[in-house]
Amino acid sequence: MAMSKPARRGPLGRRRMLGSTVRHGLLVGFSMLSLLPIYFMLVNAFKTKQEYLGNRLAPPQHPVLTSLSDAMAGGDLYLWLFNSFLVTAASVCLSTALAALAAYPLSLMRWRTGPFIYALLIALLVVPPIVLVVPLFEMVVDLRQLNTLHTVIVIYCGIMLPFSTFLLASFFATISRPLLEAARIDGAGSWRAFWEIVLPLSVPALMTVVTVQSLWVWNEVLIAVVFLQDQGLRTLMVGLTLFNSRYRHDVPIVMAGMLWAAVPMVVLYLVGQRFFIRGLTAGGVKG
Amino acid sequence: MKFNRWVPWIYALPMIVFVMGIFAYPIATLFLYSVQNVGASAFASSSFAGLANYRYIFADPLFATAIVNNLKLFLCVPVMVVLSVILSAILYDRPRGWRVYRTLLFIPYVLSIPVVGVVFGYIFEYRGVLNTAIRAVGLDILARDWLGSPAWAMPTIMFVIVWKELGFGIVLCLARLMSVSEDYFESARVDGARWWRILWHVTIPQLTPAIAFYAVVELINMLSWVFAYIYVMTLGGPMNSTVVSEYYIYQQVFTSNVIGVGSAAGVVLFGIVSVLIVVRVWLGRRLAAYGYE
Repeated sequence: MAMSKPARRGPLGRRRMLGSTVRHGLLVGFSMLSLLPIYFMLVNAFKTKQEYLGNRLAPPQHPVLTSLSDAMAGGDLYLWLFNSFLVTAASVCLSTALAALAAYPLSLMRWRTGPFIYALLIALLVVPPIVLVVPLFEMVVDLRQLNTLHTVIVIYCGIMLPFSTFLLASFFATISRPLLEAARIDGAGSWRAFWEIVLPLSVPALMTVVTVQSLWVWNEVLIAVVFLQDQGLRTLMVGLTLFNSRYRHDVPIVMAGMLWAAVPMVVLYLVGQRFFIRGLTAGGVKG
Repeated sequence: MKFNRWVPWIYALPMIVFVMGIFAYPIATLFLYSVQNVGASAFASSSFAGLANYRYIFADPLFATAIVNNLKLFLCVPVMVVLSVILSAILYDRPRGWRVYRTLLFIPYVLSIPVVGVVFGYIFEYRGVLNTAIRAVGLDILARDWLGSPAWAMPTIMFVIVWKELGFGIVLCLARLMSVSEDYFESARVDGARWWRILWHVTIPQLTPAIAFYAVVELINMLSWVFAYIYVMTLGGPMNSTVVSEYYIYQQVFTSNVIGVGSAAGVVLFGIVSVLIVVRVWLGRRLAAYGYE
């Protein structure tokens, strides 16, 4: 590796020094830019409204916790957090379960129609959600199911299924065939092979799929805006835009609210970084 | 494994039912709506409209603005590709603390669009932090109402999109580089090749599949996943300067209540995206032929 080489002297060494400085400078610069909104939220969430008006970028002179507690007052944030959590958990569980069931025959069974379905799923990955939302909205209104959490859960699950099935199928395909054939010869049926071999071997893959899906549902805006128009049913992402317009005159409270909203995903990311990165790069690194 | 021919269907059935309900049925209905005057409620009946909805959108200057704005968003993609190639190549040399940098550079991708949009909204305000900083160094002439002026709102949104999506590209390229044999880089270094030459002749060719994937995914994103940015930061304003096709459809259907017109625009958007799907499939085959797995 480059690090272990001794630095050479002379013109070449100086050029190398310069290059290394430039590269570190780039990394530091882009990292700071990446953190700018988090920094802005952090410093301003601990200010009072008055202090913010005079000092927007520097850390607070007299840090206070009132903005953070005021943001939570009234209980709206709790309610939105709860709705988001419920919708995310339910739709991710449902879609992971169905995707695992479908990925199993797609990747591991001899099935003539399988490749065709697989190709169709890949094509569906890129359908713009707005195109689906318009007819779905009419359908949901006709069925009198607007403003219910289960409608949104079903829609999220359906929209995620092509991606999660595709991803799980590509992971399942790496499971050793001889192992499965041996189980089959020993008399294991398709369900036992699935439950006792395929699933236990795929725990990391399942974790990956769950992480990527959770990130997507948690952050989704369009479907939540269209299908949950009732005050009490808003998810956090839609609630936040409302929150912003409600407290526009008191920026520290807005920043405190944003901070509360951002913390769960950032913590989840820092803890499960491995799964995030693997899930998101799975499609791209291997063709 | 070989089972009874119905066994695979039984396992896949729930998924197929969901996909039919959420994709197949709505897409078919969308095409139907696009040639109808759709009744505004369940009780008002619909009538056949022929191509009137399509004629309407192609004559509507706002739809043209929306498409042009989507094309402007395409300009983000080369910027993202170049920056992620350079930054991932730097990280690949494993400078001190590269893991920390990777973690930090990926954070924007994890933050949600409403949080990012609102916070940047305050940074870009006319009396916001950015303009204060610009004035503090005496460049008053550069201070602008970033999100509030028709000329600058779109570039500002493009900045935020690049800012947010860049981490994905870096991580993608870095993962690809790490799966490539180190020998290529080592032999180039032994031959005395300098950083830029290695980047141009070794790194970029090795990155081709990752770059192609990232570019296609982001092009599709720029067409079909930018609603949230617009909804949070500008609501299509000022003076409709940031309306994109997704937002145009949303407005037609949910504000103006002309479902047929929105559906016709939806069909056009769907057509453009389909072209990109074909490109993606073709690219997949092409790269497979080159021996990339």
